[in-house]
Amino acid sequence: MKLIFEKSIPGRGQQIFPACDVPEVLPKVELRKSVAHLPEISENEMGRHYTALAKRAHGVNDGFYPLGSCTMKHNPRINEKMASLPGFTKLHPLQPACSVKGANELITGLEKALCEITGMDGVTFQPAAGAHGEFTGLLFIKSYHESRGDHERNEIIVPDSAHGTNPASATMAGYKTVEIKSNDKGMVDIESLKAHLGPKTAGLMLTNPNTVGLFDENIMEITKLVHEAGGLCYYDGANLNAVMGVVRPADIGFDVIHMNLHKTFSTPHGGGGPGSGPCGYKAFLAPFAPGLVSRDGGEYTRAEKSFGNMTGFYGNFLVMVKAYTYILTLGKEGIPAAAKNAVLNANYMQEKLKDLYPVAYDTTCMHEFVLCLEEIHKNDKVSALDVAKALLDYGIHPPTMYFPLIVHEALMIEPTETETKETLDEAITAFREIYEQIKNAPEAVCACPQTTPVLRLDEVKAAREPVLKYQF
Amino acid sequence: MIKEEIVATYIPNTREEQLAMLNEIGYKDFDDLFKHIPADAKVKGELNLPSGKSELEVDAIVQGLANKNVVFRSIFRGAGAYNHYVPATVDAIANKEEFLTAYTPYQAEISQGILQSIFEYQTMVAELTGMDIANASMYDGASAAAEACNMFKDRKHSTIYVSDAVDKRILKVIETYSFGRNTKVCVVPSKDGVTDKAALKEMLEADAESACFLMQYPNFNGIVENADELCQITHDADTKFIMYVQPLALGALKTPGEIGADVCVGEGQPLGLGLEFGGPYLGLLAANAKFMRQIPGRLIGETVDSKGDRGFVLTLQAREQHIRREKASSNICSNEALCALRAGIYLATIGPKGLKDVATLCSSKAHYLAEELGKVGLKLAYDGEFWNEFVTTCPDADKLLKALGDKGILGGLKLEDGNILWACTEMNTKADIDEVVAIAKEVF
Repeated sequence: MKLIFEKSIPGRGQQIFPACDVPEVLPKVELRKSVAHLPEISENEMGRHYTALAKRAHGVNDGFYPLGSCTMKHNPRINEKMASLPGFTKLHPLQPACSVKGANELITGLEKALCEITGMDGVTFQPAAGAHGEFTGLLFIKSYHESRGDHERNEIIVPDSAHGTNPASATMAGYKTVEIKSNDKGMVDIESLKAHLGPKTAGLMLTNPNTVGLFDENIMEITKLVHEAGGLCYYDGANLNAVMGVVRPADIGFDVIHMNLHKTFSTPHGGGGPGSGPCGYKAFLAPFAPGLVSRDGGEYTRAEKSFGNMTGFYGNFLVMVKAYTYILTLGKEGIPAAAKNAVLNANYMQEKLKDLYPVAYDTTCMHEFVLCLEEIHKNDKVSALDVAKALLDYGIHPPTMYFPLIVHEALMIEPTETETKETLDEAITAFREIYEQIKNAPEAVCACPQTTPVLRLDEVKAAREPVLKYQF
Repeated sequence: MIKEEIVATYIPNTREEQLAMLNEIGYKDFDDLFKHIPADAKVKGELNLPSGKSELEVDAIVQGLANKNVVFRSIFRGAGAYNHYVPATVDAIANKEEFLTAYTPYQAEISQGILQSIFEYQTMVAELTGMDIANASMYDGASAAAEACNMFKDRKHSTIYVSDAVDKRILKVIETYSFGRNTKVCVVPSKDGVTDKAALKEMLEADAESACFLMQYPNFNGIVENADELCQITHDADTKFIMYVQPLALGALKTPGEIGADVCVGEGQPLGLGLEFGGPYLGLLAANAKFMRQIPGRLIGETVDSKGDRGFVLTLQAREQHIRREKASSNICSNEALCALRAGIYLATIGPKGLKDVATLCSSKAHYLAEELGKVGLKLAYDGEFWNEFVTTCPDADKLLKALGDKGILGGLKLEDGNILWACTEMNTKADIDEVVAIAKEVF
């Protein structure tokens, strides 16, 4: 389809601004000479353009979205309604604290709820996304060691199954990443961990359940070992949906954690944000917390040894409104019930697929599981990518591909708790039909998708000859 | 209270269905399904939270919180967040659930709508700033500035220079990122409300490790600094030049591209986002093409599909965390895609003429307010040329701001020295401005 610039006709446009009711004045400085090539388009044409774009996108309401590690659950409408209230959207961030008591009460209420869910003692809402939360968490760890004059600790231990953001965040926090191997059960190898712990260990970053969807059964020992070596334990909350209300990260030895409100607490993902990655911390880390906070309607204060600010103001406030609405709705019964149904749905799918598609680790999974298509790829020359693309023709968003890195030809499936048994059964049928095709007509699978607006795209060309904007 | 027959809101399966599914895959019940989790790791009993509530009850509770806040009918405060008009098209289009509920467009074949909208956004940001390329967005202006500063850190260059005339909130985030990256931040002093050029020259010349210099345009005091001169001084010292902009000012002012900036960052909030109590906002980041492979964050590129038809994909991913891990240019993953979509819709709605109009309206209203305040004794604190913000003296800022607040007007921001930083946008009518001035006259 055409780009919006290709629909632009000089002289067309929309009348948004009124005539100036005071004398027109511009600063007496050099002004812009070039004209910005922005679209000139009527409201009707523009509406159609974006509706056409919307039809070429796939949201949760367009169909099943089992994208592993991303928790693509239903996004409740009430959340959006609450976040669009003028009493929230029209607040200037630098209004006097006494004029935003409701907003700060909401933030404090959300902090309290998240503390209860995670077992932490405080939460900062400064981070705008999950990776930003990781960076924030590591700055807590860095501040802690530095405050004790412990300057030798420059290593962060990360399992080889970790999200790429973990090592990237460690680098941003000035740390060297030390990668440890997973054992044959997909969990942290205790001997490998012990071998790397020492006076240089600043901390461990761990996702639990981990990225293969398994709850690490040695978790108590792992966090104990890290603490004994003088390090702190960081919990990557990407998979919190599996355990909320069932296991609390603080109770299993974690000191600092980030949560993804756009995953676990169902504020939508927006096609790649805005998210919110609040960071929970134990009491001994409270003096380092970033940002300004107003508690009980009082003036804004900053923690005594605060390491700064992660965003310009208080983080993504409207996302917090949605998460708070969601927690009020679910309540103490709904939160663990969501986790349990998420785990049930994942195990149901795993059990119904594993005879055809080998599971990377054949055991009870949590909210997601990973298929390993290595054998299929070797024998039938059909890759995980091909199967993913074949699912597109069923109207199903493919699972996460080629992650975690410790599983070859991986497909990571996370159904979430908001899907019905019928939807799971339909997806299972699709997977099984694709398997039949792999065996009977593998070349047809490799030629998928056929029904999408575009076919497979040339990513190599995009990277070799980058075109990052429209050429006028 | 939630009806007893429902497992929980948003969980479709009934208890019977759940039990049947559990049994079908070999588990007695949920306890059996969770038995592999060590007992000492599990929560004992219930969470200490209220019970779940019906939608009607939740609606009332959250509305109640919203109602406790004061919504000012007239706003003259900026300092990084501006009360601009949001055209009706922006909410109508951005709230389409296909945009709202999609994930990052990893599967290009069914994500062309998201990918194309971001490609269009990248184009519009490049056009607006006059820069070669723009990325798919950052968290907000301040974090975009911090990431931009870190683009130029290498073994030989690790000092970041920031003008004292830059908003301290932006500086704070740059310093926080630098605490992480182990870079040094030096503040270049200001004089008469603008960057002290002589000091900048001296500091950069004396430091072989200078990586970059960041200025704000217009600066925190509202003044449009001579960016050409600052750019020249910075480049003469073999240092990269970063401009932090208010995007709508570029409807009138010489662009960072025309000035020769290496990177342009800014707060995209004025482009169709509300005040929203500080977020979600939108980090703009545009750069000279030679830094394409150092840019943090997502980039959307054009390509073709197997039939030769045009399509779009996430590209140059070798810079990013999921490929590069600890060697990535940044850890950023989720950004502010929906806010970028809003900015794209905004810019398409107002068009080139609207951009010029809104820049002129903001400037004109601010100059009118400055002149009228001057007549009642609130004089401009600095001589420099300004666009939509300016600083005045004030005998008693608290008293004036309170008097304005009592009338539903959010006045300018009181600064540490007791002066007031005022901001105008197209939303402020002449009548609104006259009212502010009349109140000021009454107070003093």
